[in-house]
Amino acid sequence: MAKRKKSLSEYSTGQLVLYRFSKNKLAMFGVVLLAAMALVILLGPLVVPEESVSMMHIPERFSAPGENGFLFGSDEFGRDLFARILYGGRISLFCSLAVIAIAFVVGAIIGGAAGFFGGKVDSVLMRFIDILMAVPSALLAMAIITALGNGVWKLVVALAIGQIARFARTVRASVLTLRNMEYVEAAKCYGSSSMRIILKHILPNGIGPIIVSATLTLGQTILSISSMGYLGLGVASPTPEWGTIISENKVNLQDFPHLGLIPGICICLTVMAVNFIGDGLRDAFDPRTKN
Amino acid sequence: MSWIKYALKRLLMLIPVILCVTLILYTILSLAPNGLARQKLGQDASEEQIYALEEEMGLHDPIIVRYVKYMAGVCRLDFGVSWINSNNVLNEFAHRLPYTLLIAVLSVLFAVGVGVPLGIFSAIKQYSLFDYGSTFVAMLLFSMPAFWLGTMCQLLFCVTLGLLPVAGDKTWTCFILPPLILGANTLASMIRMSRTSMLDVIKQDYIRTARSKGAAEGAVILRHAMRNSLIPVITQVGICFAGAIGGAVVTESIFGINGVGMLLINAVKSRDVPIVMGTVIFVTIIVGVINLIVDLICAVIDPRIDLAS
Repeated sequence: MAKRKKSLSEYSTGQLVLYRFSKNKLAMFGVVLLAAMALVILLGPLVVPEESVSMMHIPERFSAPGENGFLFGSDEFGRDLFARILYGGRISLFCSLAVIAIAFVVGAIIGGAAGFFGGKVDSVLMRFIDILMAVPSALLAMAIITALGNGVWKLVVALAIGQIARFARTVRASVLTLRNMEYVEAAKCYGSSSMRIILKHILPNGIGPIIVSATLTLGQTILSISSMGYLGLGVASPTPEWGTIISENKVNLQDFPHLGLIPGICICLTVMAVNFIGDGLRDAFDPRTKN
Repeated sequence: MSWIKYALKRLLMLIPVILCVTLILYTILSLAPNGLARQKLGQDASEEQIYALEEEMGLHDPIIVRYVKYMAGVCRLDFGVSWINSNNVLNEFAHRLPYTLLIAVLSVLFAVGVGVPLGIFSAIKQYSLFDYGSTFVAMLLFSMPAFWLGTMCQLLFCVTLGLLPVAGDKTWTCFILPPLILGANTLASMIRMSRTSMLDVIKQDYIRTARSKGAAEGAVILRHAMRNSLIPVITQVGICFAGAIGGAVVTESIFGINGVGMLLINAVKSRDVPIVMGTVIFVTIIVGVINLIVDLICAVIDPRIDLAS
């Protein structure tokens, strides 16, 4: 039997989103770039041992990129910049993902409950979210770090709290539009539990805007983590992190600009890749926004 | 005069927000370990001395008592004194606010003044070289950490070329680069926002009506399209201003400007709770007032917005 070309309506929403996304050149470029970055960061430790992060080669300090076997050169203590960026990238990326994951879970619970149950629950929870929104998130994070002190996980918690409000609002908006759909009513009629309705019917249909918002927030979170590192909050030198690497080389930048340029370009490329993916996802989920 | 009533209502709504924010912050900040008395008195202070100082700082009372005492002080505009140098929090903040406000306002003006025309123009000339160029610049600035851009520009313009002072806040030339750096990210979102919003408006029926009645292209863009496309952009300005005050922390520490950001970062590092509390409260109030002003401006521009509801 000859293969018949499927009509548009025979594809699932997920397939259509994936199709539109794969047609977006910038988004695919972002995926490739991010995948390459992630691969290097994940597999790099197989090639570069962890000791080389703090191993000092004083006679070979301030090597130019490529000199003395240092791919990206070395800093004022003769530490391998490539190794530091490699291991710093693990912290920058994993922490950002952790921030998004925590903010997403807490935000989804708050926003989901507010949207699904409505009424008093909604107004109490949303007042709380309004209050969180009233404080600029950078300030909120700093206040929390004042209380908790320095540390990678404390930084993650501080930044995650600042992003909860955004996720709660997005999830609530999604749930509100889906709550009155016929299929949700039907599920209620045959006695599904609230949990089941939320997980099986509302979540898969409302996930689009949430994923988009998560991706775009991820880019900003990578920037926040490295800014905090630069300011000396959260991840502190000598632990490598992209922001702290730039900060510890600050005084030597005039003579050896590559010490600041290379980690900065790493941050830029990563965030840009994430933003391209985010924009691509937004257009793929909602083709009307595509201009 | 409905807007006065609306403004008053919004300002009154700030009070419970401040109450809750301070309560939450106070609870979190009281978790901070109390090594401060020892730190202040030095290693050879006796236990009694430390206890006495902690008593004086009120660290032995239950949180709720401390909170009520603090809020009673706040009502009398007494925000306490710094734990580190015993400076009055309100005075300290008031001294530094002008610097931060200056660079924040300049940065938002720069971002709006450059970003909105760029965004609108690239929407009009969609898919042109200019459009691609400005979209690319916006993407680049959006992905660039402000501290890196700041450090690199400082290196280029101040150190290598020697055009501007490297750091400080004494002459007006010190306030050229910092607002540009602080506004870079806002500029990017302004370009993106105004472009998207303009593209949206251009497709509307009333724009086609305006064209078909024979209005000149310039009039269509200026009178019909721009006014409508600016509404979401103006709403964004309020959010950007909040971001600029948060971002000032980084900019001020790069360029050595003695503003609120510098105050905050030093307080966070030395865990100076009264300063952190005070700064967060003040900034929250400022941001709240700015958002109110933005909403009022929106209502003036767009008569469809009904403040009463």
